[in-house]
Amino acid sequence: MKWPAFAYVRASTLDEVWRLQAQHGEGARVLAGGQTLLATLAFRLSEPDVLVDITRIAALRGISVQGGRLRIGALTRHAELGRDPLVAQHAKLLAEAVPFIAHPAIRNRGTIGGSLAYADPAAELPSCVVALDATLVLVSARGERRVATRDFFTGLLQTALEPGELIAAIEVPLPDASRRSAIVEVARRSGDYAMAGLAVALSLDTGMRVSAPRLVYFGVGNGPVSAARAAAALEGRALGAESIAAAQAALAGDLDPPADLHGPPAMKLHLARVLTARALQRFLPATEIAA
Amino acid sequence: MSQRVEITLRVNGERVSRSVEPRRHLIDFLRLDLGLTGSHAGCEHGVCGACTVRVDDEIVRGCLVLAASLDGAEVTTIEGLTESGEVADLQAAFVARNAAQCGFCTPGMVMAAADILRHHQDADRTAIREHLSGNYCRCTGYQAIVDAVAETLESRR
Repeated sequence: MKWPAFAYVRASTLDEVWRLQAQHGEGARVLAGGQTLLATLAFRLSEPDVLVDITRIAALRGISVQGGRLRIGALTRHAELGRDPLVAQHAKLLAEAVPFIAHPAIRNRGTIGGSLAYADPAAELPSCVVALDATLVLVSARGERRVATRDFFTGLLQTALEPGELIAAIEVPLPDASRRSAIVEVARRSGDYAMAGLAVALSLDTGMRVSAPRLVYFGVGNGPVSAARAAAALEGRALGAESIAAAQAALAGDLDPPADLHGPPAMKLHLARVLTARALQRFLPATEIAA
Repeated sequence: MSQRVEITLRVNGERVSRSVEPRRHLIDFLRLDLGLTGSHAGCEHGVCGACTVRVDDEIVRGCLVLAASLDGAEVTTIEGLTESGEVADLQAAFVARNAAQCGFCTPGMVMAAADILRHHQDADRTAIREHLSGNYCRCTGYQAIVDAVAETLESRR
């Protein structure tokens, strides 16, 4: 249906956002790419008094390397994430996630900050930033603070964002040469939210020994789900058929997927196991996969 | 608390100034305020792709963009694309392949396909399908549509 009536203000600085928040309280909602918010307005799931357009605020834009971290402005659109050379170099996982996100027309508008703030449990980027051990820079009228992404997603569509707070940037630690990553998912149609998906990052030494693996699943819980037992099954072991099977087996203790329209919990766990093998096998030499 | 917003933008190369309600999305603005009815409002929540138009050189969902946010923007619709002749060959291929059945999705399809012609000239059938995956044809005439795009890409090579 048509959107409800609301007012529209374009803010050009963060101070202007704080002023509008003070004026309108919870009736003010920030508008970035709008690809989720505007759809929820059409369903009347949300009826804000005023939309504060933040897309021209310079402090929330840009991609740069600062102090050993890749800083990605919250307003970075999915399409930009997919073609940025610094992202390709330092956080390839994010670039590789982009083709899975919706469709080209939506990727041209939707932002990484918006995707993380909505925290859809089947979205790709929340799991990717957790797998990359990224930190979020949050800003509000009270100042700035940093929250580790593993602490940011607190429940179904819930985050550590406090009222009036917004995401300014995502900071990803620069990986060393041994770090590998991959994203895989199963969706019924191209561009749909995943039935199940996995973002994984790990280090491999020259003997193919795994260290610091992070396996973060999406579409199988209330948010990004870090699989600690599966990671423990890989830690310190050589990557191969045995350790992959051990990680798959351990997943039963990590995941407790809810039934949804796609199928029962057992099917989701099965998909997660299949995806685990698909993702990890990518790191093996080609000869070993053939064998 | 919903004062109108003054915007000035270019639509199909013509300068347009209007006062719009904030709740007006781009497609209603084009259809109801400017009389450009080539862009279609389908699902109006970002799923079907019938409202695909070009804003500042990129395709967008017209139903997920506020007209009020477009001050200074450059908008191109199917009417502008047709007049410029940019996709005359693609449109001829749509006709030749019978790629328009009921025609409701066609303007959005052509806008999305024009994006392939501009930015992804090396696209194969899989890439064409992927790029058009956000545009629904409820007549399900996808084969003919992909044929038309593939043929146009081929003939331009």
